[in-house]
Amino acid sequence: MSDTDTNHECVCAQLSEEELYPRLELIIEEHRNKPHELIMALHKAQNLFGYLPRKVQQMVAEGLKVSLNEIYGVITFYSFFSTVPKGRHSVKVCLGTACYVRGGQQTLEKVGKELGAKVGDTTEDRRYSLDVVRCIGACGLAPAMLVDDDVYGRVKSTKIMEILDQYK
Amino acid sequence: MMIKATINKIEVEVEEGTTILEAARIVGFKIPTLCYNPDLKPEGSCGICVVEVEGAPAMKRACMTRLERGWKVHTNTAKVRKARKEIVELILSNHEMDCLVCVKNQSCELQHVASLVGINTLTYPRIEKKWAVDTTSPSIIRDQNKCILCGRCIQICSNIQTVNALTLDQRGFNTQISDAFNEGMGNSVCVNCGQCTVYCPVGALYEKSHTDKVWEALNDPDKHVVVQEAPAVRAMLGEEFGMETGTLVSGKMHAALRRMKFDAVFDTNFTADLTILEEGTEVVGRIKANKNIPLITSCSPGWVKFLETFYPHLIHLASTAKSPQAMFGTLSKTYYAELKGIPPEKIVSVSIMPCTAKKFEAERPELRSSGYQDVDYVLTTREIARMMKEAGIDLREMPDEPADDPLGEYTGAATIFGATGGVMEAALRSAYFLITGRELENIDILAVRGMTGIKEMEINIDGLALKVAVAHGLGNARILLDKVSAQLANEGKSEYHIIEVMACPGGCVGGGGQPWGSDMARRARRNETLFAEDRSLPLRRSHQNPSITAIYEKFLGHPNSEKSHHLLHTHYFKRSPVDGKVVSE
Repeated sequence: MSDTDTNHECVCAQLSEEELYPRLELIIEEHRNKPHELIMALHKAQNLFGYLPRKVQQMVAEGLKVSLNEIYGVITFYSFFSTVPKGRHSVKVCLGTACYVRGGQQTLEKVGKELGAKVGDTTEDRRYSLDVVRCIGACGLAPAMLVDDDVYGRVKSTKIMEILDQYK
Repeated sequence: MMIKATINKIEVEVEEGTTILEAARIVGFKIPTLCYNPDLKPEGSCGICVVEVEGAPAMKRACMTRLERGWKVHTNTAKVRKARKEIVELILSNHEMDCLVCVKNQSCELQHVASLVGINTLTYPRIEKKWAVDTTSPSIIRDQNKCILCGRCIQICSNIQTVNALTLDQRGFNTQISDAFNEGMGNSVCVNCGQCTVYCPVGALYEKSHTDKVWEALNDPDKHVVVQEAPAVRAMLGEEFGMETGTLVSGKMHAALRRMKFDAVFDTNFTADLTILEEGTEVVGRIKANKNIPLITSCSPGWVKFLETFYPHLIHLASTAKSPQAMFGTLSKTYYAELKGIPPEKIVSVSIMPCTAKKFEAERPELRSSGYQDVDYVLTTREIARMMKEAGIDLREMPDEPADDPLGEYTGAATIFGATGGVMEAALRSAYFLITGRELENIDILAVRGMTGIKEMEINIDGLALKVAVAHGLGNARILLDKVSAQLANEGKSEYHIIEVMACPGGCVGGGGQPWGSDMARRARRNETLFAEDRSLPLRRSHQNPSITAIYEKFLGHPNSEKSHHLLHTHYFKRSPVDGKVVSE
């Protein structure tokens, strides 16, 4: 593994987007003229920026010799990829079967209302991103919610703001 | 190697590698298809062509399954029929079924397949999604509500044309065909060639229609409406009226247009001859000066935008001569207006084109050298056929009539503009004369004719060895331009002197505005029609056209004169490979 391959942790919180582009160049260099490595390159680019802005898509297209329409198709096909910036904290409400049965949908609606965001959106202050997950293996605690890496079980509507407030 | 198998218990012997679909046709069974098209690689996305093979666990898609030795195939079992019906019903469950007002009514492949598989009820509940119709392009409308996601448009756009404007966006029920970033085809690298509209089996992609505006102009007593028809149109307009593919209808077309009350019926072929004089003089000048070689033709507006977008560093090689459509537009509002004493603002200049990109070309802001938009409205072959039918005109019953003077007379060299290689052949016929002062004797230049993707030849003109190349279809153009690009970068010069490029496979006879279902085999037959008209005409060299001589004497002076440059030449722009917009002059 080359040096540049080892660490693609998201550093978007510390550096401005402009400062990330030299690092993107390094990622592209690893995959230059290799169109079949598109998903890998996009994966690393997203880890770097937290999302895939248009300029990143264009640079990947040029570097890997993939057309933009193909990149766009891949990004919109896989729900992992995002074209909107992610917030500092990710809020994921579980809608797996057990959570759904025990009120996951109401939890989601309440979180959405409190944050003023729809699923897939990021709040204007870039503090939170809201997403849905299908089962996180915490069915015994249904309905469950994930904020960053912390699992919250038996989430009550009244407690939601209290939970979210802890994440600045 | 030949293999034997049975289809519906009938023995069939075919070359190894033959698909079940092809083998079944040999023994008389037409398996219904929807996403399949003979010009494209089978993708099997629709599944309508499923068949049963004895011993196989699941049904197979006939379009993409190769027949194997000893297989016992059944194309018409109860299970197969049920599956096909179910697939069509599922497609219909979220298809906008306003067939009576759809542009594809009676030419729709889905309509045809629904009747073929015997759909008489709809068992699935309808899930209608109201998508916004994309009208951002000057040439093409994209209506996702009609789309069946067969992917043919993406295949022709990406694999054959290599424009890569279209993609599958999102997934599942939300899947749609879109451009990158989903901002509309008018904000994408789309070059408006319209091949997607020709290959779309339903009414999801079609031309932006100008018919209403043309009717309005025809009904306005204050307007003087003139019309021109591209060379290729006469080789296929007949098909829209049930005539055999490749029937030549030049005379009937002129007669029909006159009966539709166009005030003057001219012919683009006249300005095709003029293009040859301008472009021929230009190429001779460039060769003598050894500058900007090779000259690349610029008649095909889809090609021109492709060049501007993907090869911006080569735009100086494109001929500055306007396309025949654009030259005609300018002359209709200058030369003709002066001659007739009609104020140009009263003239409405209409063109009939095999092409959707001509709509884009007509709207290019620099093409206004008459002081007005030179060409006001562009109708595709499909649109003019619809208008003729609306007017109660049956083309088959029309007499043969010539076009009007002074913009109607043409030679055989002009009519072959519609076929791949035709512009090159016409140019060589006149370039020979321009260089030597003598006529080229054998003017049938067979080496540049035919459906081969890239054609090359060398011709010796009084010791000057000219190397020329012809490409049709933008994928072939890309191969040729990559080669030229590399030669220029590495050796400082290219082996070619003249290059003809037409955006559409087959040339204009295969244009994006031609009758639905225009496949490669038909395009080849239409090309023959144009070469036959060429052979039948008394004059076959552009420089011999008396009306061309007259326009230079009375109006333009000489080819590439200052006036010609002002009126008949243009310039090109560098465009962004992201959204196709002009980035600089």
